[in-house]
Parts: sequence; C-alpha cells; structure tokens
Amino acid sequence: MVEYYLDRIESTSHLNAFLATYADEARSRAAKVDARLANGTAGRLAGMVIGIKDLLCYAGHGVHGGSKILEGFVSQFTATAIQRLIDEDAIIIGRQNCDEFGMGSSNENSAYGPTLNAADTTRVPGGSSGGSAVAVQADLCFASIGTDTGGSVRQPAAFCGVVGLKPSYSRVSRWGLLAYASSFDTIGPITRCVEDAALLLEIMAGGDEQDSTVSQWPVPSYSQYLSIDGSKKIGYFRESLDSEGVDESVKAVLRQSIERLRQEGHTVEPVEFPLAHYYLPTYYILTTAEVSSNLSRYDGVRYGYRSPKAHDLDSLYRLSRTEGLGAEARKRILLGTFVLSANYYDAYYTKAQRVRRLIKEEIERHFQEYDFLLYPTTPSVAFPLGEENSDPIKTFLADIFTVQANVTGVPAISLPLGTDEQGLPVGIQVLAGAFQEEKLLAFARYLEQFVQASEEVPI
Amino acid sequence: MTDDIKAQYELVIGLEVHAQLLTESKIFASDANHFGSPPNHNISVITLGHPGTLPKLNQKAVDLAIRFGLATNSTISPRTVFDRKNYFYPDLPKGYQISQDKKPICVGGEIWVKLKDGTEKAIPLHHTHLEEDAGKSIHDDQSTDTLLDYNRAGTPLIEIVTDPAMRSAEEAGAYLTEIRKLVRYLDICDGNMEEGSLRCDANISVRKWGDPVLGTKVEIKNMNSVRFLQKAIEFEYDRQVSVLEEGGTLIQETRMFDPETGRTYGMRVKESMNDYRYFPEPDLVPILIDEEKLAAERAKMPALPRQLMQKYEGELGLSHADALLLTESKATVAYFEEAIAQAAPKTVANWLTGPVRTWMNESKKELSAFPVSPGVLAALIRLVDENKVSHSAAAQKLFPALVERPDVAPLALAEELQLIQQGNSDVLQALIDEVLAAWPDKVKEYKKGKKGLIGLFVGEVMKKSKGQADPKVTNQLVARSLDNLS
Amino acid sequence: MQVDKDTLQKIAQLARLEIQPGEEESLKATLSSVLTWMEQLNELDTSGIEPLTHMSVEVNAFRPDVAKQTLTTEQGLLNAPKRDEQFFRVPKVLE
Repeated sequence: MVEYYLDRIESTSHLNAFLATYADEARSRAAKVDARLANGTAGRLAGMVIGIKDLLCYAGHGVHGGSKILEGFVSQFTATAIQRLIDEDAIIIGRQNCDEFGMGSSNENSAYGPTLNAADTTRVPGGSSGGSAVAVQADLCFASIGTDTGGSVRQPAAFCGVVGLKPSYSRVSRWGLLAYASSFDTIGPITRCVEDAALLLEIMAGGDEQDSTVSQWPVPSYSQYLSIDGSKKIGYFRESLDSEGVDESVKAVLRQSIERLRQEGHTVEPVEFPLAHYYLPTYYILTTAEVSSNLSRYDGVRYGYRSPKAHDLDSLYRLSRTEGLGAEARKRILLGTFVLSANYYDAYYTKAQRVRRLIKEEIERHFQEYDFLLYPTTPSVAFPLGEENSDPIKTFLADIFTVQANVTGVPAISLPLGTDEQGLPVGIQVLAGAFQEEKLLAFARYLEQFVQASEEVPI
Repeated sequence: MTDDIKAQYELVIGLEVHAQLLTESKIFASDANHFGSPPNHNISVITLGHPGTLPKLNQKAVDLAIRFGLATNSTISPRTVFDRKNYFYPDLPKGYQISQDKKPICVGGEIWVKLKDGTEKAIPLHHTHLEEDAGKSIHDDQSTDTLLDYNRAGTPLIEIVTDPAMRSAEEAGAYLTEIRKLVRYLDICDGNMEEGSLRCDANISVRKWGDPVLGTKVEIKNMNSVRFLQKAIEFEYDRQVSVLEEGGTLIQETRMFDPETGRTYGMRVKESMNDYRYFPEPDLVPILIDEEKLAAERAKMPALPRQLMQKYEGELGLSHADALLLTESKATVAYFEEAIAQAAPKTVANWLTGPVRTWMNESKKELSAFPVSPGVLAALIRLVDENKVSHSAAAQKLFPALVERPDVAPLALAEELQLIQQGNSDVLQALIDEVLAAWPDKVKEYKKGKKGLIGLFVGEVMKKSKGQADPKVTNQLVARSLDNLS
Repeated sequence: MQVDKDTLQKIAQLARLEIQPGEEESLKATLSSVLTWMEQLNELDTSGIEPLTHMSVEVNAFRPDVAKQTLTTEQGLLNAPKRDEQFFRVPKVLE
C-alpha cells in the first residue's frame, strides 16, 4: 500500500499536494505493521496511509505552516491527534501543502507554490487544506488530516469532490496544531467516504492533558453508530437557493438533495438566519485579532527564518517577519493588531464577541427545532488559479457558508453530492448541534448512500 | 532645593511587587522551576513558544495565590481568567505574556505596616494577579550579541499592586519589608531580592498639598533591596519637585534606578509607546473558585505575623521588640512555640533574642541551622528557672557547651561541668560551719558590727564548693548562722 | 474607519512589520475598506449581551505541580538561527 501511494505521489508531483514524503520511514513502519497484522496485535488503523497538513506537528519532522518563516523548522513533539493515529498503527506518509498558517481559501497563499485541483489543474483545490484534499482526491493516500478554522477542511473537500469533516470546537485536542485563531481552530479528517471520517474522528477525539480547552465529553464510537433512525427534520439556508451569489450548478445539487430527502419522508424546510449578514465581519474581526497574537512567536529569535539583513534587534524582528510572512498573513496581522488596539478594542473586538454570542444562540435555537441544517459548502465550484480578486471583501464572501460552524463551534461535514456540467465537484454541507457528531455522521452516511456523486445534474 | 519648597509637595507612591512562587514546575509547563541551573536547561516546547504548543495551568500556583489573597484579606474572585499581554522582547518567547488584566484572582486586600513612631497603617491593595515570568537576557562582552536563557521563562509570579497609598519612603520600605516577611511566612516565595525572586517597581508622583488630582506618574525599576527602594524614592521625589519648581513638565515614563549613583535615569525606548492589546487568553479556560476551595486553603494557613504579634505582646506580655524578632520568620515562631510548651515564655524569649541570636549573628547562620532543639533549650532554661544553674553560668558556660554537644541533656552536661548550684541547706550548712570555724576573729568582728564581712564568708563557702554553692541560699544561711552564734 | 499613514505605521510598529513604500497606499485602502465593512456590526443592538470570551465549556483545567524534563538543551537550541552551546543569540539589546 505504501509503495502504491509513494508511486502515486511521485507521478502526480505537479499537483504539489505533498511538501515532503517520509518514504523510508513509511516503508519500515509498514513492515512493522504487517508483522503485527500477522500476529493479530495490530491497531484499528493498521495499514492506513495518512497524509497530514503542514500545520500539524510530527516529532523529528518538519512543519512549516506553508510559510517561509518556518522553513527548516523541525518539530520536537507530535500533535496528540496524530499520535493517536500512529498508536493505532496508521502510517504517516508525508506533509501536505496548505495556505500559510491556514489563512486562505485557494492554497495560493502557500510559500511553497499552489496546489492544483486534480479534477482540473487550471483550478484551485480550495484552502487552506488544499494539499490534503487533493491528496485524497488523487488517491495519494487513504485519508488526510486537515484543519478547519473558517472552512479549511470543508471547502477544499467540496472543490475536490471528497468528504471533509469539521468536528465541534474542542472535540479534538489542538496540542500540536499551529495556531491560527485559537477559538476557531479545529482538526478534521478528509476522506473518500463518511465511514472513514467517522473512524478517524473516533480515534483522534477526546480529552487530552496538554490542551486546557479540549472537551472532556466522552467520545462515542462514531464508527459503530452510522445508521439513522426514523425521519428527520432538516432546515436549509433559504438564501442559498435565492441568492444571485450562488452558482446555478450548486443550487441544482442542493435542490436535488432536498428533493431526495423529501421523497424519503424527511421534512425539509427553508430557514431564516437574520444574523447571516454578520457572520463574516464577526469571523474576520475575531480571527485576525487572534492570529495577530498567535503569529507573534515567529520572530526569528529562537527558531525559524531570521533575515540575513538584520543588524540590530529591531531590524531582526521587522525584516524577519516581513520577509518570512506572506502578504495575506501580514495583512491579517495588521488588521488584528488594529482591532485589538486600545482605542478600538471595544468598538471592534468586544462588539464582535457580543455578536458571536448572538450568532451562537441563533443556531442553537434552530437546533432545538431541526435535527440538521443543510447548505451548499461553497457558493461556487473550484475557481481558476490566479483569479485574483482585487476586492478584498469579495474574497471573504466565499467563506459565507462555512464560517458559521466555526463562529458557533458546531460540527459540519461536506459531502460530494454532485457535480456541475463540466464535472467539477459540488459539495453540500450538513451541520448538527454541538457534540452531535454521532447523529451528524449517521445522517451524512445516509445522504452519501443515496445521492451519487457522479450523477449528472440537470439545471 | 530647600525643605520649604519640598514641604509644599506631597509624595504619592504605589508599589508593584512581583513574587516568584515556590512551585516545583512552571506555571504553564512542567519544566522545573529552579534557580541556578545551567542555561537553557529548564525548558520545554511550551516554554520556548514552539509552534503548536498550548499552556496548561499549574494547580499549585493558583493555590498559592489564593493563600496570599486570604492572608491579605482580599476578595478571591469566584471566576478568574487569564489575558494575553502582547509585546515583543527577546526574553518573551511567545511575543505575549500570559497574565491577568480585567479579572485578577484577588481583588483589594491590605497589608498592615507599623512605622517608627509606632503608628500602624493599612496599605490598601488594588489587586493581586497571576502571570508568567520572562527569560533572561545577558550581555556578551565578547561580541555584539545578547545571550538568551529561558530557564526563568514561565516561572509563576504573583504581582501585588497597591493603590497609590504610601506617602513616604519609610512607608514604602515598611511595606516591602512586610510583604517579604508575609510571603516567606506563607511559604509562597523565598523573598530573595538579590536573586530576583522578589522584585519591586515603584510608581511615584508628586502634587501640591490639597490638590485632588494625582501628578504625572513615573515608574521606577531596578531596586533590589529595601534600602535601594527608599533611596530611589527620595531621589525621585527631589527630581520631580525640581522639575516642577523650574516650570517644567514631567513625562509619564519608566526610569531605571542606578544603585551606584543613587539616581534614576530615563530609558531610551519610550515604554509608553507600548499598547499591550490585552484580550482574554483563548487557550486557557476560566478558574472557578468556590467556598469549599477557600475553606480548604484557609485550613492550610499558618498563623500570620500580625496575629502572632498580638498574641505575644498581648497574652504573653512580651515587649514589642522581642515580639518582632520572634515573628521574624516561620522558623523562629515554630521554635519559640515549641520551646514555650516546656518553659516560661518570657525566659524563652530572652534566650532566643539573646544568646541564640548572638550565635546566629556570629556564625552567620539561620535559626534552622541552630543545633540545639527547642526541647533541649527549654530544658536548659528550666535548669536556670529552678535555680540549679545560675544564669551567668548557663549563658557563659553551659550554652556554648550545649551548642557543641546538642545531644547531651543539659542536666547531665551541667553536672559534668560542675555547674550545678548547690542549694541543699544541709550540705551548705556543713560548709558554712567549716568556714565560720576557720575564721573566728572575723566572726567576732562581724558580731561587733562589721556586717560587710558576710561577703567574705559567702566567698569562702563558694570557694569550698568550687563555685557550685547557690549564692542566694548561701547568703541567707550564712546570715542566719551568724545570728545564731553568740 | 479610515486608516491614515500615521496609524498604519503605528500598527506596523506594534506588529513589528515593515511597510514597503510601494504597498503603503494599497494597505491603507485595504485596511480602511475592511475595517469599514467590519463596522456593519454596529447595526446590531448588543446592549446587555455578554461578550463570548471562551468557546470551550471546560473550567478549572489544572496540571499537578510535578517537574519533568521534556527537552534537552540541545533539542531546545536545535532550531535556533544563531546559538552557541548554551544560549540563543540575538543582536545586542540596547536599553
């Protein structure tokens, strides 16, 4: 299996999904795992070849955060989520390309070049877990572990036609995850099918001494409870079918899913989100604030890039950070620094925290009435590379359907339920209440089974 | 600057004291909290601020902060959170310090100080909060580099902030002294100012008497003793008054104290430029402290200096000076308390503040190094109280001997050294009879009126008893014997 | 919110970032438009609403006070851009 994937990675290197492969190590681990399989002592993930996003620490291996500022950095410890996979005999095959420190929706913000969408290499795979999504799409590994702060697992999963799961905030330990926005960051699997995602989540989730925020809620055996019981009540975001901002092909797949669900006897109703307009500003105020602080440690002092032109302390900081960090990262740091600054803290930061509470309460009210919420994952299919949007706000709008789950902390999964007329994948997203992954995964499996991803969708 | 001019200005002082907590490990990471290790030995990925790391709070740091709050009558916040204080400095690994801003663990409280004129004053605390210490930067004389050692980074600190309530260098000095004593009492900090486990910054301003508005506040750093604190305050007071008298304005700044010159001087980088952009630390969760927890911590509290002073001066009737010495540290209190279980408090106090203290000064050692246990000292004291050994013999001969051989019971040692006073009347009488028989002429002279001769007879008895005769009893018996002689 | 040159420089200094002369104008414009866009939140009445400061429901996450050696000095210095056997090195810090 390892050889197969190593070959695949080699032959698709133009996609730039992997930044590093651990060929020798993977081979020797495979041999050990084979031995354990033979004598029946193998772990639950024995032989599964997994790629990890370049934001996840793996002891003795590089982690660069898709950034020049960490080029050459070797991690001294392993992320809890990854260690748990390794403990079950998974084999980590390599490190996957991503947008710098998780900021971006196209993987074009990586310092190591963009990743290409295998369905159409002139298009982006999405981001920030672009490399992770393409790796599964192009069969370069069995599954990937990505991270999702504003949609970074779900959106590339949608663009690449694979499954992407964002668990509830604090379901999976963040120990070993390079921080972008601490109160939004999650670790999630990208897989070919829901069953795999469920198993990986089951193994990664749960309490961890290293992470103060991780939830102590017990972890159900997600992989065992994948069938739904009875008919469900589902709400869909009305605007997603009404708005001009959403592509027809995406609407078509959503409509089709709604129809099929209704045919099966489930109730599917449009739902209002009066606060939807405020998700993105709230998200951007809070995430830029947190990232402006989280990236302060990248200063060229103890590790990472130090500018050769630095001649005193001040220039060491300024030059190292300016030369080492990309434009998007620097822009967000400036925004975040501003919203936290003394005169503006209340007007932006505190205000956004209050609105966040309102947004959370809004979705909680909906989950009292509905079992699940159903939306498109993205307003469009994968867009072409280099489609630079000179309007900074329009770029933000691409995240509209995904950020809500991060702002509120609820779990969400993207499923490849259709394609457009060119065959480009369309992802549909399901949300459930906080810590309802059991129900969510069961329903996702159900959806996955009766809506074929390869079906042509008439407009 | 004349005293007249100075007399027009009121000095206003607030102090911020940082105390390193006596925990085994750091506040947010398990690396050892230990002074004097080789550079960059007590480190971890968390302490170095490596990518992907998260803080985890040390339970003991919280307990010690609560203990301090209880001892100072502070309100312990039922819900307290951490905040990030953002700034760049090479000794600050994450580019932010985890501290507390809006919801510190202890609010209010007070520290009582007693001034030279005897008045007692309560210095109000604004709050006490938890935070992490930074690493150390060291100048390298051999190059243009600064060296960085992160052993100290992440050490747990409490920062104790007063209201601007002090009005003199004396008050400030008394406050700092009292804080140092208290944290050592509570076993939360070793109070070592030379090593930096207790540090003090002063906020100083002046204003004309009666002016309700506070003057421009200047922060002074780098005073690592009570004496230096007082010197700095005095210098700064003069400086600020001079500036104002000359029509200048004071800038709100941070100044460093130079112990060599006794002056304060401004720093190159204007610290007021720093906007710390405090926001709640998203990687830590709130701490909830309930009554049960407070009760548990209260139960662990030792008696505090102030309560003990009241007991010693009030109940036990000791002098203020003695009480002060005895409550100097938990060690002296413990020793005293154990000893007074077996001997009279006043006498124990005299011995502790007298010969024992002298021993400590001469050998430059702490009470903990004093070889004689409280019980043994009490036994020696009882010998004196029971008149078995004279006070001078005990102090000059028995005590030093006991220090050399602390395992020997004082009674046995006294016997060995022949220090036991002979108080037995029969034995003494026999000696007295011998003496009076040997000096018949002197007896006659005494009877004729030369009463002073009693000293001669007593002296002779002392000689015969090799110094062991109890002088008082001997005197009485000799007098009686002489009276009985016709 | 309009960001002027002064504010931009102050923010850049707080964040230890250089603004290249070429990007000053566009950064000013970007920041200004994004901040203005963010001000939409003022349309919402949030009086009496507590800020949501912690997303996790956990409280009192403590660690016992036990010292552990998890990194050697060598491992700690491994990634340092400039170092010697014992210390990290940076250009002299002026007081």
